[in-house]
Amino acid sequence: MKPNVQPRRLRTLLAGGIAGSLLMAGSAFADSGLSTSGKLLLTGGVTNIEGSAGGGLTPWAVIGGYGTEGQVGGNAFYTNVHATDYTLRTGGALVGLFDRVELSFAQQKFDTRDVGTALGLGQGFTFTQKVYGAKVKLLGDAVLEQDSALPQIAIGFQQKENDRGALLNALGIKHDKGTDYYVSATKLFLGQSILLNGTVRFTKANQTGILGFGTATKDKYQAMAEGSIAWLLRKDLAIGAEFRQKPNNFAFKEDNWYDVFIAYAPTKNVSVTLAYVDLGNIVIKDKQRGAYLSLQVGF
Amino acid sequence: MLRKLSFVLAACGIAIGGAAITANAVAQEGTRISDEPALFQAFGEKAGLARIMDDFMVNLLADPRTRTFFEKADQKRIKEQLVDQFCYILNGPCEYKGAKMKPMHSELGITRENFNALVEQLQFAMDKNNVPFRAQNKLLAVLAPMHRDIVTK
Repeated sequence: MKPNVQPRRLRTLLAGGIAGSLLMAGSAFADSGLSTSGKLLLTGGVTNIEGSAGGGLTPWAVIGGYGTEGQVGGNAFYTNVHATDYTLRTGGALVGLFDRVELSFAQQKFDTRDVGTALGLGQGFTFTQKVYGAKVKLLGDAVLEQDSALPQIAIGFQQKENDRGALLNALGIKHDKGTDYYVSATKLFLGQSILLNGTVRFTKANQTGILGFGTATKDKYQAMAEGSIAWLLRKDLAIGAEFRQKPNNFAFKEDNWYDVFIAYAPTKNVSVTLAYVDLGNIVIKDKQRGAYLSLQVGF
Repeated sequence: MLRKLSFVLAACGIAIGGAAITANAVAQEGTRISDEPALFQAFGEKAGLARIMDDFMVNLLADPRTRTFFEKADQKRIKEQLVDQFCYILNGPCEYKGAKMKPMHSELGITRENFNALVEQLQFAMDKNNVPFRAQNKLLAVLAPMHRDIVTK
């Protein structure tokens, strides 16, 4: 596939460029007297597949980046999920403002690989989805309020745009755009070195929007539960598990998602997350399992 | 099994989210951790705490985010008070007779960034003195809420 080489190289260059610019932005803020990176290591979470700070599958109530009160933070990420028959590649960036507001963008490419041929769409047929996200911390502090049971609570949305509207319509799917709304509660139990997150997401999405939103017969918002648990082994290392409930609107069965992960942050500028994911059935293929690898750079 | 466990996890997380329980009125000089008999030993007892505080003060003076609050202060006295305070929190044979947290910090204009930087430097000092991560977190869990009396800006 020769024509693929160039764009891929370009993307790598672009990603490198974004990462470099982010790090420069970080030091520029520092030079200008506006300090950065005032949060503790890993307390901004990693980046979820839709671009919001959190775990890998689900957004958390934390604001992404290492900016604390009076500071800004930001990061860029690239995530590759290689399941049995599909590949999801996601890249994006977010800014965290004053540890209060988070704005994010992510672009997802869902590659059907050989399944594309089987479905008559063509080898490597790809759905592309853009996700614009915003999150506001409402109350609480996940890290410092250790004598209170009140978690940090945030609300947010992820506005999604799928580029395969015509095909989705032909499959009986109602919309190629949709917005998920969520509320997340996150709490670090420092004495136990455990972090818990619970999220409720209101969504119409089929397979997170990769297969559009709603169907001709089912086009209502449904509340879905998501959860993460992380066990901190060292201040730069955490392991954990996640769960994401999913609606089942579509003729093709849709399963809940699970993962177990390990996240490592050698410095505040870099983190790497490796996970084993179970995505269940996706369209005509059961037992979609595989490796999730995510790299995040920022300040 | 995994599925059931995950549901329970999600439910736990959400239950926590739903329960808006207000902060306990804990003495801000620190609660004593009485259910962890080996904790004081994990810090090397009083001599270990003294070594940690020596390293901690070196770190605080080297970090531009914390230096200004300590360079002109009576460092020896601060270290002694911190040893006593931490010794007390860790259920060691000490009483904390130092000043109250709130009046002591009210005029300093300490930001959240300064506070977190101090926590980082304490972590480095505890790492250097081989305090196990879980033991460090037990102490930090008691110290963290003090941000309410220390951070004023």
